[in-house]
Formats: sequence, C-alpha cells, structure tokens
Amino acid sequence: MKEITVLGSGCAKCIKAADLIKSVAAECKVAVNVTKETSPEVVMSYGVMSTPAIVIDDVLMHSGSIPEKETIKSWLVSNS
Amino acid sequence: MLAIFTELADFLAFTLFGLTPNSKLGDAVHFFIEDTSKIFFLLLVMIYFIALIRASLNIERVRDYLAGKNKLVGYVMGSIFGAITPFCSCSSIPIFLGFTSGGIPVGITMAFLLTSPLINEVAVLLLLSIVGWEITLIYALVGLAIGIAGGMFLDLIHAERLLQPFARKAYESANPALSKVTGKASISFKERHEFAKQELQDIFSRVWKWVFIGVGLGAALHGFVPVSWVEGNLGDGQWWSVPLAVVLGIPLYSNATGVIPVMESLIGKGLPIGTTLAFCMSTVAASFPEFILLKQVMTWKLLATIFVLLLASFTVVGWILNAVNVS
Repeated sequence: MKEITVLGSGCAKCIKAADLIKSVAAECKVAVNVTKETSPEVVMSYGVMSTPAIVIDDVLMHSGSIPEKETIKSWLVSNS
Repeated sequence: MLAIFTELADFLAFTLFGLTPNSKLGDAVHFFIEDTSKIFFLLLVMIYFIALIRASLNIERVRDYLAGKNKLVGYVMGSIFGAITPFCSCSSIPIFLGFTSGGIPVGITMAFLLTSPLINEVAVLLLLSIVGWEITLIYALVGLAIGIAGGMFLDLIHAERLLQPFARKAYESANPALSKVTGKASISFKERHEFAKQELQDIFSRVWKWVFIGVGLGAALHGFVPVSWVEGNLGDGQWWSVPLAVVLGIPLYSNATGVIPVMESLIGKGLPIGTTLAFCMSTVAASFPEFILLKQVMTWKLLATIFVLLLASFTVVGWILNAVNVS
C-alpha cells in the first residue's frame, strides 16, 4: 500500500491531480491511499512552493503541476 | 496589422447586423467585437511565445536568487520577478512560506506578491497594443513602484512580528544556506513547447471569462456614457474622484487582462489617466477573496495594514498622475 499525499490549498488543480492518481492506480491495480493536505504548515515542511505537489511514502516526487499520466504510472509501478 | 480587427468589427456590426455607425448600440457592439477578437488573438499568440521564453524560469530559482541579496536590490528584483514570474493565486501561500523560510525578509516577499497581480507580461503586451506605449510604461512603472515602496514600508514597521506564529518561527530559524537550486538549468525545445502549450491552456481557461466581462463593461461605457458627461464631471481630475475610483474598484474584481478594455474605454471618454489607473489597479489588486487567503500566514493587523497601504498608494499615484497631466 502506497501512502500518497497531494499538497495544495484545495484549488481545482489539486483535486484533479488527486483524482488522476486514483484512476491511474486503479488502472494499474496498485493499492494506494490518496489524501489531500491543505495545511500551509505541512506544505512548507516539504519545502514546496508551487502546488499541487505529490508526496509518495514521505518522499516529494513532484511539484507545480498536475503530473503526466505516464509519470504517475512510473511512480506507482517502481519498487512496489 | 491590428486594423484587420477593426475591419472585422465594421463588417459584422454595420454590414451584417445592420447597426448604424455612431449610434449608441452600434458603437458598443463595434467595440465589443473589435476588442474580443483582438484580445483573444493577441492572448493566444503572446501567452504561447512568452511561455516558450520563460519556460526555464521557476519559483525555486527566483527564491535562490533573492535569498541573501542586498535589501534594496531585493525590493527592486522582488518586484520585477513578481511581474514576470507566473503563478496561480492558490500558490501564493506556499510561495510566501517558501520565501520566508528561506530567510527572505517579509518586505521583499511582499514586493513580489504585491506586484504580481498588477503586472504580468501578457497584460503589458496587451496594453501596449491597445492603449499605446506611454500609458503602458506609466502603468508598469507605477506597478513596480508600489511593490517596491510597499515592501520597504513593511520591513520598516517590522511586519515579520505580525505573521502567524508558525510563519514567524520559520523566518527566524531560516537557514538560507540550505536552499538549493532544484530547477533544471537547460531544457530542450520540446520541453519548452510542452510547457508553453500547458501554460496557454491554463491561462486561457482562467482568463477568457474576464475578457468577456471586461470588454462587455468597456463596450457599455463606450457606447452609452457620453464623453461630455465624463469630461464635465470628472475630466479635471477633481481630487475626490481618485479616492472614489479606488473605493469603487474594491468590490469589483477582475484580473489585469479583463481590466484593460475598461481602461481603454475610460481613457477614450476623457477620464484623466490618474483616476483611470487608480480605478483599474484597485480592481485588480485589492480583492477580498485573495486577501483572505493570506490570513493563513498573517494576523488581521498586518492584513489590514497591507490593504490600507494598497488603497493609499493607488490614491496617491492617481493624484500625482492627474497633477502631472493637468499641468
């Protein structure tokens, strides 16, 4: 089970990013738990300045945009 | 080159719809068609090409550049970067905290955030093609000056004392040496193209409705408000008209792109440049929804200070420009 957190202020892009990750995970049949984190304090603790940002198992993977589908796949499939 | 849009509007409004030139409705419709077609065309072309150029500029590099700079240079550069670095308003909080925790003074961070809504490269190029270089230059300089002066003032009053406790702690325990360049320095043309395409979709989907609203309002003003009324009542830049314009701009909210056709129309009606700019900047920058966002990192006191500061500077700038214009 991968713990995935989407960091962002709850804007439309962050919601889209979370939904996209869920759908890609379902497609690849990878078990994930996607949560959204809107607290500015937590976002700051990852050193993120442009949202949405994606954290997987506590590692910052991406920030500043909705990630590409292919990119998400590579995260989910690698070392799972 | 842009005359083609005037011709298109001539044809649609007067030939196809059969409206009479110089009638109220005819003028308004003509203005609407000409401006929407022109602005949409310019937007599509400009957003794409500008994004191609600045694809390698990202917020992390801006922060690393600003951290540890001489303060005076910091205000000026913060303000300039605010004008050219694009970010969505939902990112303003993470940016604020990212800068603050990187040890950048609140004043420099705010110079960045205050200038950002006022000036962006798309708005500047639109202004240039619609109202000419003189007004564009004034607009850009005023925007930068407000960011710089606002930033200085905030550091002068030690605004960092008025941050939310966790943000203040982040600033006090900041270690600029820890920040590192995360952005890639060189990128391929394909990556630039991809970035520009995304930017185009992104900005366009956010901005198109403001263009319609702005042009609609501009067209209504253009067609239905008589020049003689504006000139007679507001044309001399009566002192009270500037603060009134600023106050009227607060509840109205638009982004810099939407307000340009309104500016065009107001100036065309003989409204003095100072009053016009005061109104437009207040519409663009003093918006409650975005101010409330900053509450997450600031106390009410600081928030109110910045709001009053903005309104006061728009008013002063309006007065100065009107005075210069009259003499």
